[in-house]
Amino acid sequence: MTVPTGRVLSPLHAAWLCVEKHWAWYRRNWRATVISNFLQPVLFLVAIGIGFGSQVQPSEITGGVPYVQYLAPALVVITAIQNATFESTYAILSAFIWQKTFIGIVATPITPAQVLYGQLIWIVGRLLSGCAVFLVIAALLGAVSGPGVLLALPFATLAGMAFSAPIVAFSATLDKPDSFNTIFRFVLMPMTLFTGAFFPVSQLPDWLEPLVWITPAWHGIELARGATFGTLGFLPALGHVAFLAVLTAVGIVLARKYFHRRLAM
Amino acid sequence: MSPLVQAKALTKHFGTFEAVRGIDVEVRRGEAFGFLGPNGAGKSSTMRMIACVSGRTSGDLTVLGMDPDVDGPKIRARIGVVPQLDNLDTELTVRQNLQVYGRYFGLSRAHVRAKAAELMEFAQLTDRANDEVEPLSGGMKRRLTIARSLVNDPELLLLDEPTTGLDPQARHLLWDRLFRLKQDGVTLIITTHYMDEAEQLCDRLVVMDGGRIAAEGSPSELISRYSTREVLELRFQPGSEPPVLDDLAERVEVLPDRVLLYAADGEAALQAVHARGINPVASLVRRSSLEDVFLRLTGRTLVD
Repeated sequence: MTVPTGRVLSPLHAAWLCVEKHWAWYRRNWRATVISNFLQPVLFLVAIGIGFGSQVQPSEITGGVPYVQYLAPALVVITAIQNATFESTYAILSAFIWQKTFIGIVATPITPAQVLYGQLIWIVGRLLSGCAVFLVIAALLGAVSGPGVLLALPFATLAGMAFSAPIVAFSATLDKPDSFNTIFRFVLMPMTLFTGAFFPVSQLPDWLEPLVWITPAWHGIELARGATFGTLGFLPALGHVAFLAVLTAVGIVLARKYFHRRLAM
Repeated sequence: MSPLVQAKALTKHFGTFEAVRGIDVEVRRGEAFGFLGPNGAGKSSTMRMIACVSGRTSGDLTVLGMDPDVDGPKIRARIGVVPQLDNLDTELTVRQNLQVYGRYFGLSRAHVRAKAAELMEFAQLTDRANDEVEPLSGGMKRRLTIARSLVNDPELLLLDEPTTGLDPQARHLLWDRLFRLKQDGVTLIITTHYMDEAEQLCDRLVVMDGGRIAAEGSPSELISRYSTREVLELRFQPGSEPPVLDDLAERVEVLPDRVLLYAADGEAALQAVHARGINPVASLVRRSSLEDVFLRLTGRTLVD
């Protein structure tokens, strides 16, 4: 006669075990992912920050610092947003339809919501570490103005999660990956280029500006750059953080609903 | 002793589709219980409800004496599930799959390390312990999935089509492992559309068709209740009209490719066929199987 050994865990413990699973995978496969985590932002930093930036005079708009240093904190946010997109699209869909690992997990005491929380905690970790690596490289390239740039890390991660959570929810509704290309081309790419990382959004046509205000990237860049150069006011900071927090929360609520629908119906 | 699983008037609807249309089932501790039926009969939907990953639409269901709607995680902590489609983490190693999965049940690292070693031995995968799962054969992946389902020493094991898609050798190896589990006192619930699998493994089974239970009993009970002792199978030239033989057997089934004569003595029936000057292309006398039971109950063959 066998005696069952399984038991029900607290939600946080359960979510953490899902993180553990990713860690088991990451320990074996980190080499394959590490380059793609920061390659594109580093290319931007080199080509536009150092290359193109050599033609830009430090001015009022760049806060008096060289263009590449003006760019660096914003590119931390771009790194987070890009990694958030990758971690929230194919990785999620695969766990539902290709590898079906989520289906395996919810056959254990772990619930669909706990699977989601574990996934989001993992993404937070990936964003933080990806941004940190980018900053190290930026520092080596002389693109960092001082330790203030470290303040960009938490804001970049928050902006990344404000994009990640809704995309995770969206991915949980899909049966095929076709619409991911639409996200990459028509959301991620414009959001990278036109939300204030490379030039002030005031240069955009007036009708475009409101569109920029609803992107998590713009709020993240305002926060990261403002914190780095000490120009961030308290009320604007509160507003940006609140916007990003609400976006994250809405994403989580939707994702929880779709995870449940998909895994427990 | 109260039954391990009890369902009364259990139904499951997906929108307007009625996958399960009111079934009564009772699974006792220590037995191997089967759901036999063609694809789409409602077997997997029933299994998912028992596994507490899919809520019921109506009716009563208790698993291990608890209500899945209330105590899903608690029930899942004590059962093992082998899904129809493997959902192993193919980018992890064999060993990691077992250890990671064991952790989901709240087991300590030391416990899952020892358990993984034991289960790899059981599943004959010890020499592949540190290999990634992706390149393993279908039979090995299936064995690993079964091993994984045992990581919490479940008292109830749910197996959804455990051997579909495996070659005969791999199937027999799996059956052998399942026999051992049964001997260890694990209760098994198995869905299958293979009658030989149901006959080999199940103490008791229900035949499902169209979301309903068509019959219930042990394999031998069902065969003696719904079929004759022997069956004479006759094959004629393709395209030729088969002769009328109704008076030579208790029952005759005309299938597209053959004619089945249900008789207590198949050889005697064959001699009677020959005595009429009818010469089939091929003939075979065999014992009745669950396939015949299913044909009798539904008018269709199991595996189309």
